[in-house]
Amino acid sequence: MSQLQAETPSGHRVAPETARPSVGDAGWRPVLKLGLLGGAIALYLCLTGIVPIFNPRALIAGLISLGEVALLTTGLGVGYLAARRAPDGPRRALLGATIAGAVAGAFLTALVLLGAAVDLRGIALHASPATYEILTFGFGIPGSWIPIVALGLAAALGGAIQVLPPRLQRPVTTGLMALLVVGLFAGIIRTPMLASPLTDQLGRLLFASEGLTLVGAIVTVVVVLGGQWLNRRLAVRRRGRELPQAQRRRLTLPVALIGLLFVLWLPQGVGSFFAQVVAVVTLYVLMAFGLNITLGLAGLLDLGFVAFFAVGAYTVGLLTSTGEYGIAQWPFWAAVPVAVVLAMLFGAFLGLPILGIRGDYLAIATLGFGEIIRILAGSDLLKPWLGGPRGVTSIPKPIEVTPDSFLAGPLQIYYIALAAAVVVAFVAIRLRDSRLGRAWIAIREDEDVAEAMGVNLVQTKLLAYMLGAAFAGLGGAIFSTLLGAIISSSVNLFVSINVAAIIIVGGMGSIPGVVGGSIFLIGIPELFREFSEYRFLFYGVALIAMMIYRPEGIWPSRIARRELHTTDALEPGDPTAVPATEMGKA
Amino acid sequence: MAPLLVAEHVTKRFGGLLAVNKLDFTLEQGSICSVIGPNGAGKTTFFNCIAGFYRIDEGSIEFGGLPIQGLRRDEISHLGIARTYQNIRLFANMTAMENLLVGQHQNLRSTWIGAVLGTRSVREEERLAHEEARRLLRFIGLQGRGDTLASNLPYGDQRRLEVARALAAKPKLLLLDEPTAGMNPAEQGEMTAFVRKLRDDLGITILLIEHAMRVVMGISERITVLDYGEKIAEGPPEEIQRNARVIEAYLGREQAAAVAREASNPPGSLSAEA
Repeated sequence: MSQLQAETPSGHRVAPETARPSVGDAGWRPVLKLGLLGGAIALYLCLTGIVPIFNPRALIAGLISLGEVALLTTGLGVGYLAARRAPDGPRRALLGATIAGAVAGAFLTALVLLGAAVDLRGIALHASPATYEILTFGFGIPGSWIPIVALGLAAALGGAIQVLPPRLQRPVTTGLMALLVVGLFAGIIRTPMLASPLTDQLGRLLFASEGLTLVGAIVTVVVVLGGQWLNRRLAVRRRGRELPQAQRRRLTLPVALIGLLFVLWLPQGVGSFFAQVVAVVTLYVLMAFGLNITLGLAGLLDLGFVAFFAVGAYTVGLLTSTGEYGIAQWPFWAAVPVAVVLAMLFGAFLGLPILGIRGDYLAIATLGFGEIIRILAGSDLLKPWLGGPRGVTSIPKPIEVTPDSFLAGPLQIYYIALAAAVVVAFVAIRLRDSRLGRAWIAIREDEDVAEAMGVNLVQTKLLAYMLGAAFAGLGGAIFSTLLGAIISSSVNLFVSINVAAIIIVGGMGSIPGVVGGSIFLIGIPELFREFSEYRFLFYGVALIAMMIYRPEGIWPSRIARRELHTTDALEPGDPTAVPATEMGKA
Repeated sequence: MAPLLVAEHVTKRFGGLLAVNKLDFTLEQGSICSVIGPNGAGKTTFFNCIAGFYRIDEGSIEFGGLPIQGLRRDEISHLGIARTYQNIRLFANMTAMENLLVGQHQNLRSTWIGAVLGTRSVREEERLAHEEARRLLRFIGLQGRGDTLASNLPYGDQRRLEVARALAAKPKLLLLDEPTAGMNPAEQGEMTAFVRKLRDDLGITILLIEHAMRVVMGISERITVLDYGEKIAEGPPEEIQRNARVIEAYLGREQAAAVAREASNPPGSLSAEA
């Protein structure tokens, strides 16, 4: 059973026997339920304005817009799930999927018809004729039946994916995913392509000003599927796993070099706005590594992370600023160590009184600290020194260059942040695998027993707290030079929440998870500024979905994965119990 | 031999309940002793007092001549007292190896700066620690299972791993709280031999709480019997088996009288009852 669970392609933790109830048990009811759920989601997407606001952006130019994608994805998902819950047999599964999709679509039809009769804009701003146009794919009121058909078809496709044999299932899902991802990032890929005469023609062929061209869509799917086929053919990945340790090590270096070149090139290739975004993402990666020690290893849920960020940012601001509040006009490189040490001391200062507090209570207490800092930073009391809401301005860039140098602007900050993140990651890994890292994990597992094994709780916890604070301070220090100013509204609770969410979504204790989480939660919302209104809406949905389906995160560490998935699946003494090493490799 | 552990007038109250009442207790170096008694007699409470989990209300506890009451758990552990728990408390989501490495925590010296820099002494210490952990795995017959999660080990292995984790701290005194709970007679026999080996090979003084009379009588050099937090008897196993107050505490007054009438019972008869 454990093996079956592990291999469910979507990673869902649905036991096989509950996945397909027989007709006698539940029949079509789950299908209808899913249809209702899908309808509710679709209505929500329309009425909160997500569909109309996404709509101007195209996935495939002239063919399908992002708003439509949002609706059809809902249908697809409903169909996929409904086919699993429907009574046995592929034909019935497909029927079930279609029914569920049609039920969901009926909600939208009802909305259009109701909207035609009564003006709903008083209740929901986005229940407008423009929205109805999108829902009916341009046909307006006479085409009010269209959503039923559209979502029904999308759901049928979802159901088809579900009933396909795994051999075909994967290419179809990968193809759709690739289309979605490349379409979303079309702008970012297109800009650098057009900049070079070498790729200019190709860029115009594949990408429209918004989204992919039809040719581009076909090329994307072909390239991705071809790559996947080749990959399987050569079995690169499988062989990579079977290689002995020494040979794998030899492979690591070239792979790392290519990765390094890529991250160095990245912001240059995609223009200065993106450089800024990438710099912010990298800063969050850095801070997430810090919180990973406190939260991921030692299990101390610290929501006052922003306090140390603020200490770092204001320290560098005050020490280097050439403006009104600057006190020393030090160079950046001299101010950073001071900022880090101050943040660390601050961590100890705040940490000492709350070390005895456990679990959830610690989160509340640290939350309080974070708020105190935010309010203090913007207060009249400290205004003579910190500038109140207007903050400390005229913070120079770390490296002084001529304005036309490639290092001008956010790019140098990106490189500094990247270097800092690499250092922090190195420190975090070294610590994790040390005596201290083991003590942290032991404290997280069972504080009392850890102490009885000779672990000094005060020292060990305080160190976790201080190191996390130091990294947050470093993040704040670099952040202040990115914008050239530090204002009190930058040091808000959301810094803490962002960092915590990155770790939770990415996977606690996992380094690739932290990078993935930052890109997902910080990078994407920054890039799609027009959706920034919905940033926290997506956060909420993403967090809830993660907790239900993948509580260990996108890219979990070995420990978190076994914690959340293996221990409850395998009873002690279970003859099928697999040693952790094998699971780690699998 | 000098006594390793001396407890005098140890009293622990929980509200109005006297969990341990004016207990005097002496443990000789290198001995194997048991604390027995009916459920709720205060055995585990006494253990928790020694190991620093509870603060005693009155009395004193000396370990190797040093007073240890009021010390923190990690300080007591540093002095050389290690323990296991009635309900196994391994670090469930760490591997067997990692459990044994945490057990060695107090014997390792590396600091966080040393660990970050990866100095030669840190690396050497880690290597030795891993070697020691593997040696302990062999000692408890778990060689090759070091990468298994503690929670995935069979019950008996978990019990032994917990003992090994305590041993990793290189203690002078080992407190075993019901080491054979939930084991069948064959496993109990193995555990008994294992505990004796600890004392004979490693010279560790052992104090255990145990309910299985066969184990207690087979292994202990001295037995202390608690009832309602008070010591009601103390002595070598043969003496305890014949002690009327002990039988009474276990069986109640009427049954005890019945047992007394059959006074000719051979030693070991208690094991059948318990």
